Amino acid sequence: MITVPADAPAQAIWSEGRAADAVCFVRPDDYLATVRALRDDGFELCLDVCGVDYLEHPGRPLPEGVTGTRFEVVANFLSMSKRQRVRVRVMAGDDAPRVTSLFSLYAGTEAPEREVYDMFGILFDGHPDLSRILMPEDWEGHPLRKDYSVGSVPVQFKDGPGPR
Amino acid sequence: MTTQVRNVDRLDILAAGVNEGSQELKPREEVNAEELGREVGAVLRLQGLKLDPNSIDIENPDDERMIINMGPSHPSTHGVLRLMLELDGEFVMRTKAVIGYLHTGMEKTAENLSFMQGGTNVTRMDYLSPVGNETAYCLAVESLLDIDIPARATWIRMMMNELNRISSHLVWLATSGMDLGSTSMMIYGLRERELILAFFEKIAGLRLNLNYVRPGGVAADLPDGWEDDIEVICDTINDRTYEYDTLLTGQPIFRQRMIGVAPITAEEALSLGLTGPLLRSTGVAWDLRRAMPYLAYDQVEFDVIVGTYGDNFDRYAIRLNEIRESVRIIRQCLERMPSGDYRSQDPKVTPPPRARIGESMEALIHHFKLFTEGFHVPEGETYVGIESPRGELGCYLVSSGGAKPYRMHTRAPSFTNLQAVPLLMRGGSMSDTVTVISTVDPVMGEVDR
Repeated sequence: MITVPADAPAQAIWSEGRAADAVCFVRPDDYLATVRALRDDGFELCLDVCGVDYLEHPGRPLPEGVTGTRFEVVANFLSMSKRQRVRVRVMAGDDAPRVTSLFSLYAGTEAPEREVYDMFGILFDGHPDLSRILMPEDWEGHPLRKDYSVGSVPVQFKDGPGPR
Repeated sequence: MTTQVRNVDRLDILAAGVNEGSQELKPREEVNAEELGREVGAVLRLQGLKLDPNSIDIENPDDERMIINMGPSHPSTHGVLRLMLELDGEFVMRTKAVIGYLHTGMEKTAENLSFMQGGTNVTRMDYLSPVGNETAYCLAVESLLDIDIPARATWIRMMMNELNRISSHLVWLATSGMDLGSTSMMIYGLRERELILAFFEKIAGLRLNLNYVRPGGVAADLPDGWEDDIEVICDTINDRTYEYDTLLTGQPIFRQRMIGVAPITAEEALSLGLTGPLLRSTGVAWDLRRAMPYLAYDQVEFDVIVGTYGDNFDRYAIRLNEIRESVRIIRQCLERMPSGDYRSQDPKVTPPPRARIGESMEALIHHFKLFTEGFHVPEGETYVGIESPRGELGCYLVSSGGAKPYRMHTRAPSFTNLQAVPLLMRGGSMSDTVTVISTVDPVMGEVDR
C-alpha cells in the first residue's frame, strides 16, 4: 500500500487497486493539489490521462465517502524511484464535466487531455490549446460517450433500391 | 483574425470551430506567447525550466519564415503523420503534428466486442508489435478475472514478445536506414524480419495481427520442431546485427546525420512522459521488464541498454543492441521452456477440447456459450503496463460485470512520444526532420487508434 504524500488534500480518498496499484479518488477541486503532492513525492511520470463515461454503469463499486459522477477522468502516475503506480480518479461531473489541466505540472499531458476532450467533451481548465485531436474539427458530438451510438452502414439487399 | 487560442475561457470559440483550422499551425501573429511557447517546444514548466514569454520572438513576422505542410502521405512520415513546419530558410522553428488520419475508433469498437474477441481488435493498434498489444490486453483481462496462467503459456508469451520486439526493431532499422538513403539496409532489415514472420505464420497461422495471445493463455501450442526454427532465427539475427554495424554504425554519412542531432535531456523526457528507447537514450535506465517485471522477465538474464546523450545515434544504438538482448532472452526461453498446458484449464475462459464436444451435450453448450456470449468478467477496473518496443504500453480496462469491456483504453507509447517531435526538431535543419521522425518511431495505427 502506498504511503500517502504528506501534503495531499485531506478530502482525497485512497484505496488499493488490483496489481498492487494505489487508487486515489478526488473531486475536481482537490485534483491539482493531489497531483502536485504526488509529483513532489517522487512520481516523475504522468503516463496517461483518459476518461470514462459511467452513464450505463451507475452503481459501480466505490469506496465509502465517494459520490460517483457520470464522467470520470483517470490519470495514471508512475514513480520510478519507488516502483509504484498511482491512479487518480477524478469525479469530473455529470452534465458539464470540467477539471483542471495537469499541463502546468506534467507537460506531457497536453495530447492526452486533448484526446479526452475530443472523445468525451470534458473541459480542462488551463490547457493551452484545447482542440480536437483525433476527430475532424467540425465533428459533432464526442464519440466515446455512452449515449453516442456506434452507427451503421446501410446494407444493400437484393430487392432494395439500388445505388443508382 | 484575432487570437484563436482555444481554451475554456473562450467557450464561444470552442463551440464555433467549424474547420480543421485550430488543429493546424497558425502564423506567428495569430498566436499568443503561451501557445507559441508550447509549439516551439518550450513546454517545460518544471522547476528551473520555466518558460519566459519575453524570450520568444513573437512580434517579428519575417518574410523569410514560411509554414509548410509535410504529410500526411509523405514517405518518411511512416504512415499518415502530418507535420506543419515553420521554416526560417533551411531551419525548423516550430513544428506541430496533426494526427487523426488513421483514427478508426478502436476504443469504441472494443466496447462492442466480447473479451474473447477483443484481441483481434487491439492487435491492430500497433501493427508492428501486435503481440505486445495482445499481451497488455490479456494481462488486464486476467487481472480482473483473477485466474492463474500456466507457466508454459507465460514463457511462450515472453518468447513471442521478444521475437516481436526484434521484428519491430528490424522494421525500424530498415525504414530509418532508407530514410537516410541506405536502401540496402531496407532490404536487409525486411529480409531478417521475414524469418520471424514466417515463424509467426507457423505458430499462429498469420504473419501480422496474430490474435495469438488470448485471455487464459495462448491460442495454440508450439508446433513440433519449433526449437530448430528458433535456433536458426537466433543465430542468423545475432550474426546479422554485426553486419548492420559494418553497414551503418561506422558509416561516416550515417554518423554525421545521427551523432549530436536532436538531443533531449532526461528532465525534458520525463516531463513529456516519454518512455522506451527515447527515455533510455537520455540515461534513465527504466525498462519495465527489469523494473516492474511482468510475465517471467524476472527469471531471465538480459541487460537494459542505456544511452548518454539522448541524440539520434543513442536511439539507434539502443534499438540495435536491444535486438541482441532479445536474442539472449529467446535463447533462455528455448532452454528453459516449461512443459505443461499452453492455456489455463479454467473452464470459465477455456472451451472444452474438441473430442469432448462430439460426445457431450454440455460440452457443446459450453463451447457455444463461450464463443457467442463470451465469459463474464467481474466488475472492477485495472491498469496493466508492459514494455513494448516503443515504450510503456498500458491497458486500462473497466468491466461492469458483463461479457464486454465497459471501457478499454490503451496508453499508446507512440501517442505520447510524438509530443517530443516539436522539441527535437526545434532549431534543426529541414533534412533532420526525417531522422527525428524515424528515431521517435511513431506507429500511426497506435497513435490514432
